[in-house]
Amino acid sequence: MTQTAGRTAWYVERFDEFVRSLNGSSSAQLLTQRKEAMDAFVELGFPTARDEEWRYTSLAALLRQDFGVVEKLGEEVLSDVDAWRVPNLQSHVLVFTDGQYQPALSGGASLPEGVRVSNLASLLHEDGEVRDGTSLAPRGKDAFVELNTAFLRDGVHVHVDKGVRVDVPIEVLFIAASPNAAVHPRLSVRVEDGAEATLVERYVSASDHVHLTNSLAEFSLGESAHLDHYRVQDENRAAFHIANLYVREERHSVLRSTCCTLGGRLTRNHVHTHLIGEGVDSTLNGLYLVEGQQHVDNHTLIEHAQPHCQSHEFYKGILADDSTGVFRGQILVHQAAQKTDAYQANRNLLLSDRAEINTKPQLEIYADDVKCSHGATIGQLDEDAIFYLRSRGIGSAAARQVLTRAFAGEVVERIRLEPLRVLLEDSVGKRLEQAIANRA
Amino acid sequence: MLNIENLQASVGDTQILRGINLQVNAGEIHAIMGPNGSGKSTMAQVLAGHEGYDVTGGSASFLGRDLLDMNPEERAREGLFLAFQYPVEIPGVNSTYFLRTGYNEMCKHRGQEELDAMDFLSLVREKLKLVEMDESFLKRSVNEGFSGGEKKRHEVLQMAVLEPRLAVLDETDSGLDIDALRVVANGVNALHSPEKAAIVVTHYQRLLEYIVPDYVHVLYKGRIVRSGGKELALELEEKGYDWVKDEAVGAAV
Repeated sequence: MTQTAGRTAWYVERFDEFVRSLNGSSSAQLLTQRKEAMDAFVELGFPTARDEEWRYTSLAALLRQDFGVVEKLGEEVLSDVDAWRVPNLQSHVLVFTDGQYQPALSGGASLPEGVRVSNLASLLHEDGEVRDGTSLAPRGKDAFVELNTAFLRDGVHVHVDKGVRVDVPIEVLFIAASPNAAVHPRLSVRVEDGAEATLVERYVSASDHVHLTNSLAEFSLGESAHLDHYRVQDENRAAFHIANLYVREERHSVLRSTCCTLGGRLTRNHVHTHLIGEGVDSTLNGLYLVEGQQHVDNHTLIEHAQPHCQSHEFYKGILADDSTGVFRGQILVHQAAQKTDAYQANRNLLLSDRAEINTKPQLEIYADDVKCSHGATIGQLDEDAIFYLRSRGIGSAAARQVLTRAFAGEVVERIRLEPLRVLLEDSVGKRLEQAIANRA
Repeated sequence: MLNIENLQASVGDTQILRGINLQVNAGEIHAIMGPNGSGKSTMAQVLAGHEGYDVTGGSASFLGRDLLDMNPEERAREGLFLAFQYPVEIPGVNSTYFLRTGYNEMCKHRGQEELDAMDFLSLVREKLKLVEMDESFLKRSVNEGFSGGEKKRHEVLQMAVLEPRLAVLDETDSGLDIDALRVVANGVNALHSPEKAAIVVTHYQRLLEYIVPDYVHVLYKGRIVRSGGKELALELEEKGYDWVKDEAVGAAV
């Protein structure tokens, strides 16, 4: 039996256990959906290097892990939650430990009328379905999406009513704690016509244990809706992290989404934005900073379905030591999407001879009156710039650090939420200081 | 202050400097002239410690210390400054931050107190006047999108902030119009004093109308083939470099 098939069987066993543990608390409809998802997962199996989409990301290490049931959380994890909040951010926060909502640790700034923010588990009991007409992730296509539905326990649901502007950022904090915990969180966000919201997702580890996060987020933006979205993953170096994000954007809506990957042993971020109305403005920014044996894979698909939309994609990566990375940026412009303005850039800085990046822009254009540009670069620090700084008295290590920080800074400075920007400037700075010190 | 003896340097297998001898004392301004490809810029880069060049022979001492033994940042901290022929653009690094970091490195080295952002800003505002630069430059990334003239003025601004003992100006005049040239030259002159020295590397005599040298040296094929007073520059302007070349060839035969 192949490793993949063996692991599929393991997950089927875990699923049967899981269903028994639910003990009837899952509604009949939901249970049916879980089972359908599990069947789809078995059908699909885990992706392998033969799948074009997974060519440079091996799941072998993930498949060797016995991810199982979450055990009871230690009290020390729960008492130290503030340390993982974004400092000085006045937010409404939802805290999850090993995927379980912690109402006592959640709350904070109050939200205006017309916004509903809740954990999913409470809703699952009410209407009992996770896949309804508003689901965006395609069925039967992605093994991890199916696993998410099968094993879903909890997550976040946000609904912003028409025209409501939410000034208070909604902060969602996922803390992983137990060894071999597999967490499958779901985020479901609907911003109605003309409404505005800011969402911050953070993923951290409270321990050095191996764990798996397999998240699925679905954002739906109504006409002229605005969503500022930040996703920061800073889990431990043993963690496996799979993140799927599907966005549907109606006419004149504005999305600004930033994805920062600092942690994880293996990270896969898949983003699919679907611009289904005219005049949509969609921005995807990304920063990945990896070292040691870390691997990060960013897959994005921006799908232009209607005319006069613009999309901007700007991903930068810094790879040190033996780390490896993948960037694949697909832009699909349908025939109807005339006057599309799409820009994509992926820039990479390799701090070691052993670090590797595979970058692949992929433009598929079926309309004839469009402006699409893309550029990918891979390079080392500019030796001329290093000499220039040194000739002004700045030491070699400091010069490297200044330049590396500046490279990352181009993404960080685009973060509009100041407390988060400050936090990232700080954590990126510290990370680079270490990476460069290790190198010297 | 600077004592260079038989300095030889190469890039890969190509020898560029073939034995330079030069002595620069405090208070002096030396001009290094010569045709393209004679090794002028190499000499400037080697003095600043560029690692792309291999020093293959000779010696150089600066303020009594072995210059060649120091890395580029140590040379800068000891008071050697190179104004680059092609200043490097550094996206994402703010000019003020860049200037202040360099300035504070000098302070640390000299055992002086470092300046915080506010105090440094008032210092740099004064220096900006010297090169007739607008304060808005400080907010921009180092040299990014600067015109040729702005880049050269920015070099002189750095010199004004770092206050080196010895400034090496590498073709600071190239690509400048007369107005910009005058601004740059005025800046350099204002910074000159009896304790300081400068080496002005240039292809043209034009700059030397504004920065008047005490000595002029002609570099050809990696050697100083002729030295004289400021009148040598005028002679070169009039006759071109061919007669120097002919003389050098004649001497070698």
